[in-house]
This record gives sequence, C-alpha cells and structure tokens, in this order.
Amino acid sequence: MADTAVPLEAGAETAHRPGLLKRILFHNLPAKIAALPMMATVLVVFVGCTIWTVYYSFTNSKLLPTGKFVGFDQYERLFQTSRWNVSVTNLVAYGAMSLVFTLVIGFILAVLIDQKIRFESAFRTIMLYPFALSFIVTGLVWQWIMNPTLGLQGTLRNLGWSNFSFDWIANPRMVLFAMLIAGLWHGTGFCMVLMLAGLRGVDEEVWKAARVDGIPTWRTYVSIVIPMMRGVLITAIVILGSGIVRLYDLVVALTNGGPGISSEVPAKYVFNYMFSGGNIGQGLAAATMMLLTVLIIMVPWAYLEFGGKGKRT
Amino acid sequence: MQHSVSIKDLSLNFGNVKVLEHLNLDIAQGEFIVLLGPSGCGKSTLLNCIAGLLDVSDGQIFIGGKNVTWLEPKDRGIGMVFQSYALYPQMTVERNLSFGLRVAGMPKDEIARRVARAAEILQIQPLLNRKPANLSGGQRQRVAIGRALVRDVDVFLFDEPLSNLDAKLRSDLRVEIKRLHQRLKNTMIYVTHDQIEALTLADRIAIMKNGVIQQLADPHTIYNKPTNLYVAGFIGSPSMNFIAGTVDGTTFTAADGTKIPVGAYDFAAAPAGSLKAVLGVRPEHIFLGEDADDVPYRTTAEIEIVEPMGSETLAWTKVAGIPVTFRCSSDIPLNVGDKVTIGFDIARGSLFNAETENRL
Repeated sequence: MADTAVPLEAGAETAHRPGLLKRILFHNLPAKIAALPMMATVLVVFVGCTIWTVYYSFTNSKLLPTGKFVGFDQYERLFQTSRWNVSVTNLVAYGAMSLVFTLVIGFILAVLIDQKIRFESAFRTIMLYPFALSFIVTGLVWQWIMNPTLGLQGTLRNLGWSNFSFDWIANPRMVLFAMLIAGLWHGTGFCMVLMLAGLRGVDEEVWKAARVDGIPTWRTYVSIVIPMMRGVLITAIVILGSGIVRLYDLVVALTNGGPGISSEVPAKYVFNYMFSGGNIGQGLAAATMMLLTVLIIMVPWAYLEFGGKGKRT
Repeated sequence: MQHSVSIKDLSLNFGNVKVLEHLNLDIAQGEFIVLLGPSGCGKSTLLNCIAGLLDVSDGQIFIGGKNVTWLEPKDRGIGMVFQSYALYPQMTVERNLSFGLRVAGMPKDEIARRVARAAEILQIQPLLNRKPANLSGGQRQRVAIGRALVRDVDVFLFDEPLSNLDAKLRSDLRVEIKRLHQRLKNTMIYVTHDQIEALTLADRIAIMKNGVIQQLADPHTIYNKPTNLYVAGFIGSPSMNFIAGTVDGTTFTAADGTKIPVGAYDFAAAPAGSLKAVLGVRPEHIFLGEDADDVPYRTTAEIEIVEPMGSETLAWTKVAGIPVTFRCSSDIPLNVGDKVTIGFDIARGSLFNAETENRL
C-alpha cells in the first residue's frame, strides 16, 4: 500500500524494511499464534492424512499400513469388485434422487409454511425434529417400520388386509427406495428450514410489485423468488451433498448393505475393508476414489463460483 | 365530472383494530394527490387498498368509473412504485421493465416500444442491460418508476418512493417526479411522511391521522388555513407557535393575562361570548422591529436562542410566558439577551377552539 501511495519514499523504506521471511513470520503475531492450532489441524489432519491415504493406497498393506509399493494393483482390484461397483451405482442413484427430492419437497414445505399459517413454529419444530436424530436412530426406526414381518406390512396383514405388501427393504430392486424414504424423512425438514429462511429474506414489496405486474404466484416463485434464493440453495446443496457422499450410518442401521450387496455404499466399503476386512490398501484405494470424485465435481464448480472476479452480482 | 379514483365509505379492520374508517376521497383526472401523515396513520394502508394489495372490510373503490373493489391489482389499471424499489434482482433493467408484459403475453414489438418509451422518458437507456445491484439508489427508483410506466395505466401509486434516498437525490427526484406528472398528466397518488415533498408536489394534500383524513386541500390552504390544531402543528417546519387562552369578541387573552387584539382575524364563524381558544402564529408571520409597525399586536421580547440557518435566522423568545419562535432575515444581527419589538400578523394567524381543536 505504502509503495504505491508514496513512491518517493519507497526506496528509503526498502532499506529499513526487515527481510521478507521476518515480515511474514512476525507481522501481526498474536493473530498468527491464535490461528496456529487450526493451521496445524488443517495441515496434519486434512492435508497430511489425505497424502497418507493416497500414498498407502498404492501399497499392498493388509492389517497394518506397512506393505510395499504395488502401483495401481489396488485400484485394478477395486474396479473388478462387484461390491464396489454396486456401491458406486447405488450412491449415484440414491444421491441424485435424494438431492432432488429433498430440495423439491423441502421447498414446497417451506412455501406451504410461509402462507402465514397458524402454529407455524409447531410445524417447523415437527418437521425439523428428525434432523435432530442420528442416522442410526432414523435407520433403526425405519427398519422396524418397513420390516415385512414386524412392521407396517405385518401389522396391516394381521388386521386383515392379507394381500397388503410393503417389502421394499427386503427387495433388492426396491431397497434403494426404502433408503430414500428414511433419508427424506430425515433431511427434508432441515432443507425446509433453510428454504424458509430464504423465503423470508425476500422483501414483501417484491411480492407486491409482482402482484401489481400481474405475475401469477407460481411464476413469481420460479422466476423471481428462487433466483433470489441462490445463496440459500447453494448452502442447502453443499450440506446435502456432503451428507450424501459420506452416507454410511443410515445404511448400517437400516439394511447393513443387504439384501445381498444391493444397498452397499462406498463409505461402507471403505470402512469394512479398513477395519474389519483387514485390507487397508484396498480401503484406502476406495477412499481415494471417493475423494477424487468429490474433487472432480467441486473444483470446476468452485472455479465458476469464485474464479471470475467481479462477475458475481 | 367523472373522477379518476373515487373511494366511497372505505373501512378496513385488522381483527378488532380499525385502521381506516368510513373514508371518502374523490380524485380528479390528472390530479396529484399526496397522502401525508405520521407513521401508522393509515396512509400506506389506504394506498395498498387502492392498489388491491389489501382486501377492504367495507366500502367501494372506483378507478376510471369502474368498481374495482374486488379486482386483482393487475386489472385495476394502476402502476405502483415502492419505497424499497422492489426490483427483481436477478433480472436486467430491461427484463425488470418488460417481465410483467411478457407474462401477460403481449406482442414483442409492443413490449419493445413501451420499454423504449419508458427508458426515454426516464433517461435510463444506458442502464437497460445492467442488473439492479449495479445501480445507484436514484437509478433503481427510476427503474421502479419505469416499471409502472410501461404498464401504460391511468393511475400511478407511489408508496414513499424517496424515503430510501439521501437528501440531495431526494430533491432531484422530487423535481423529476413533478416533471413526469406534468408530461404524462396521469392521476398520481403519493404517500409520504415528508411535508416538503407533499407541499412541493401536490395539487391537493390529504393529511391523515388515525385512519381519518383531517384536511383535504391544496398546499396553500393547508399551510395557511389549517382546519384543526393537528394539521396546524403537523405542517410547517419549524412548527407553528401556539398560545392557549380565551377569545372574547375581538380580544384574545392569554393564560397569563396578556391581551392580543384579534379583530383582523378572518373568523369562519365569530364565537358567541367567551371561549377557550388556541392562537396559532407561524414563525414567518411574526415581524421584527420596524416591520412590525403595521400589525395589530406588538410586544417587547427578549431573545433567548438564535439559530442561524444560512438564508434566514430562527430566534426563540417568550411571549405571554410561552416559548415562541420567529424567522427573520439573516442580515439582521441578533444576540441572546437583546430586547426586540415583535409583532404578530393576526390576519394570517389561526385560531382554534381549545375543546374541539377545530378552526374558528
């Protein structure tokens, strides 16, 4: 700053200026000390462990990370394993449906609750409550409900509706939808609250202006309100997306990957190979693939979002 | 004569709260009406009722001779400008102007023609491809006016359109709105709490309090012949001086016994016998020194505070034991403690019944 503002003195100042290293280290020292723990965490946990993970994914480590370098062997094996391939397909299918339905249902619920209804806070609490439960609880509850012999199907059959059938959880072709039901039950309330905050952020006069302009309500939502909620939508997508990628506990509690391998997901694959399968190299290769997938999606997006300077409105 | 906007016996309740009560207002074609009042007086509510953004509890609204009481805002033939501009932030200025027309399915060339005309009138052609975030407050409000303009309607509604702007821009845009009105000759209804805006813009001002119109008249009458104490106190800055006392025939006696002859006052109806009254005199109708020679009441007073305001000076003194302000030219040197002769121009003053608060 001083260099451009006072060019005449710049030369004189350079002579007295301490070395670059010294300046970087000691300028605003207290702030740097305060940031040190977080910087250490980032370096050791995030960067360090990521490098460690990637490195050992190229070894034939079994129970302990001690194996020797074997190149891409673990990755070759990974993509020849049907369990992994099913896991990835499941995650993509579940993730896409879950993201779309959570956003759509969450938005519709938010719109409904935004109509100046009575007991709004009560509804909001009820809708948000599932989010306060862990996925393990959600999974168990829905496992009981959807259990063909003990749950909804069994109950209705006992009541006399003998041909009632709801066995998605035991049906390899439908088990993904069973997961979706539990996932939506868990996540839509949270999405609704986010969306509601976004809707409340829209100036009431914009609504009035749209009414005077004769724009139908649905059109106002689609063309004016949703574009105004861009920030909220991005927040929701990031939170939901990270929840989908690390999906693990819901599957463990709800189906444990079954029937067969029909509801396996990548995070479960990683965990099983690392901690119960005794094959660290394979687990880490899978973990690296997950990281790579996330990066492939995130990097172009982050570039678009934050790259172009001054383009954002 | 057909009225452009006619409000008959309008009432609006929110639950048990009566916001507007049996309100009547007739507005002529091409008239500029300002609804003026403090916050919560119902002026914005009335405007929203006219726009159709609020459902009325009772009464009728006619626009252009048509009963629009239960019509949607878009079918009423109105355009509206809001305090917060209420532009659609993700659309360019051009889309902001044309969006309503597009949704209504108007032919493209007609939309283009109207947008071009509005942009020309408001001189916003260079801004058409920008988004509202890249505009200044004044430019945004222009676009908001443009959005009302492209609707090609007879009645414009303004809801405190200048309140979010700084003082300089406010006076600039005020002139521009006046120019717009002279050019378009539309009926305009303008809500504000700023009396300068009201006095400068209006053909007629409706002063509101608690959902009731206190006085509806042209700015000159409102200023010089306020119909009651409330209007007299609300309009004018610095506000009118009030002296309480009694009036008996042509003599006003203040609370401390000071007698002020009010024979020159133009009574609407001369009071019979003695009556509790309030005498109101505007600061500029109090004359200083030799200027006061010709007025009916003169007294000597001591200057207590002097407020130089550049073009004029505002001085505080006491008459009949009550603080009184008066204006004088800034060329006259005034000092605190000076004993000066001041005179009241009773003919241009106001007398109010102390009980009913109405003008005598």
